[in-house]
Amino acid sequence: MKTNKFQEFITKYIFRIPEEGTSPERYKALRRNIIILMILVTVIPLSLMATINYYQYQKNLRDEIVNPMNVLTNKTKRSLELFLEERLSTVRFITSAYSFKELSDPIILNRILSVLKREFDGFVDLGLISSKGKLLCYAGPYSFLDKDYSQQNWYHNVIISGKHISDVFLGYREFPHIAIAVQNLTDPNCCWILRTTIDTKKFDDLIATLELDQECDAFLTNRDGILQTNSKFYGKVLEPCQLDIPKGGQGTFVTEGQDKNGRDIFIAYSYLVEPEYILVVVKPSSLILKTWFTFRTEIFFIYIASVLLIVLLVYKLTDAQVSHIKNADEKRELAFRELEHSQKLSSIGRLAAGVAHEINNPLAIISQKAGLMKDLIENSTEFKEKPKFVELTNAIIKSTDRCSTVTHRLLGFARRMDIEYEDLGVNDVLQEVISFLEKEALHRNIKIEFQLDENLPRVSSDRGQLQQVFLNILSNAFAAVTDNGNIIIRTWDEDAEKVGISIQDDGCGMSEKELENIFEPFFTTKKGYGTGLGLPITYGIIRKMGGSIKVQSKQGKGSTFTIYLLKVPKKILDS
Amino acid sequence: MDSINVLIVDDEEELALTIAERLEIRGIKTQTVSDGDLALNSVRTHNPDVVVLDVMMPGIGGLGILKQIKSLDPKIPVILLTGYGSKERSIEGMNLGAFDYVLKPCNLDDLITKIQEAVKSK
Repeated sequence: MKTNKFQEFITKYIFRIPEEGTSPERYKALRRNIIILMILVTVIPLSLMATINYYQYQKNLRDEIVNPMNVLTNKTKRSLELFLEERLSTVRFITSAYSFKELSDPIILNRILSVLKREFDGFVDLGLISSKGKLLCYAGPYSFLDKDYSQQNWYHNVIISGKHISDVFLGYREFPHIAIAVQNLTDPNCCWILRTTIDTKKFDDLIATLELDQECDAFLTNRDGILQTNSKFYGKVLEPCQLDIPKGGQGTFVTEGQDKNGRDIFIAYSYLVEPEYILVVVKPSSLILKTWFTFRTEIFFIYIASVLLIVLLVYKLTDAQVSHIKNADEKRELAFRELEHSQKLSSIGRLAAGVAHEINNPLAIISQKAGLMKDLIENSTEFKEKPKFVELTNAIIKSTDRCSTVTHRLLGFARRMDIEYEDLGVNDVLQEVISFLEKEALHRNIKIEFQLDENLPRVSSDRGQLQQVFLNILSNAFAAVTDNGNIIIRTWDEDAEKVGISIQDDGCGMSEKELENIFEPFFTTKKGYGTGLGLPITYGIIRKMGGSIKVQSKQGKGSTFTIYLLKVPKKILDS
Repeated sequence: MDSINVLIVDDEEELALTIAERLEIRGIKTQTVSDGDLALNSVRTHNPDVVVLDVMMPGIGGLGILKQIKSLDPKIPVILLTGYGSKERSIEGMNLGAFDYVLKPCNLDDLITKIQEAVKSK
């Protein structure tokens, strides 16, 4: 039901085509509809494809940035963790391997520090702290002996969890450091702590392995957003980071956002567990935008070019198709009209034949009665009105003769005699016909000019019918020209199939209205004595022979009848 | 020369009688009948010199009557009266042994000429 309604709507409003005839509006509408439909069915999928491509490529491009960023950040985080774990386990190893007594000896402690410095990067100093928080022994560049740490946070942390890695802080030399402290748990009576300071230059080195572009940035912060290393764009070490960083989180993830300068950026976060640092990597979106713009321009141009091509093709194809349909329609219409015409002719012919037959006998009676009257009058003695009576009977006989001419013509028109084909020369037939009319031509001083093709091929046709055709046209020409008029008769070899014959006069010519009707039965311009059957008969004969006839005429200038006859009629070819 | 005796066969009696009267004026003896049976009777009893026969007759038609006349007396010349549209039938009649044909409405002089020719050919 819904589909039907939809179809109704479409046909009613969008695709309405005038149904009848071959009017230009019909083809315009047809053309418009085909073009709309074809463009719709081609451009819609194309646009869909272009849109899908557009978003797919955008997504792919993003993934291409995001995935490596994720992996690299994660890897660097692992390196940082490893670095710290390594340092932590080294310190833990010292607290286990050495006794309190040994570590209390400054010489031994210094020796351990020098070995650490040689074997590992970053160790700055080493201090032994009592369970009460007091620095007992120290090896390093500064002297903090007897310093009390019992009030500091990290000290409590160590007491609770046995180990501690601090945030970055500036040491006395104004270099960023971190502190690692480990509590000795092997001796339950004496829980001393070993504390070491580590230079964070190694962090920078590890971050540098990311090998980032000029416009990119990477740094560490703690969970409170305080920078643990220098950042290129978002502040110095120990300053609050100028980027909003999500404090809670696990693992590594990448988001898109804007920094305070309004730059569109990709940000990768990676959360370290111990200590609770966040590794942040920042890449500006503009890096991928360049590729993106190129792609977008390309896809745009390809899309526009495709659409133009489609529209052009659709136009051309539709034009060709519609004119093809139009031609076919016109041909059909013409064939239909011709059929109608010949049907009209044949039904009029049948009617005419019937009437002619019925009239023929009374006409014969009138004619004979009048003849008898004339006989009787002529044989009688003189009386006063005798000449008048002879004149009257003669007039009756003449009129019946005229009537019989009409009935003969009507019957000739209706007659369905088979054409008897014979081999003949068209020039000869024309000469024969002219010989009938020579006397009239001489009498009226009409000049007949022959322009006959001497080498005209002989044709297969019916001599009698052809004579009638030429006689009809020539009679019309004689009627059209004034005395001293001109008639030109031409013949020529038209092509492989046809010969052409034209009969041209410089007579009164015909109006357009007359031209339209000259092949219609009973249409005549010869007032009073034309039957209106000459040209329809001519037309019928020519068509029956498979030939064609056309007329050109200008009022006051004259007319030209052109006939094309088949050299070998189709019926003969078929048989 | 004895006067010629012509039998006119036409269902259109007015026409037959008029032609007969005109021929009589010109010294040709005539007899008119309006159907085939009478025509055959007349041929048997009167032995006419020439038969003028209309092709368009009711019943067995002019050509049927022609055949019967010819079977009765093959030597008798028959002139057919024919309409313009039934030329083919005249040709058929000629093949059946008719002497000649005249188109209707006929010219009396033509008819007389053909009658005289027919008599001569006998």
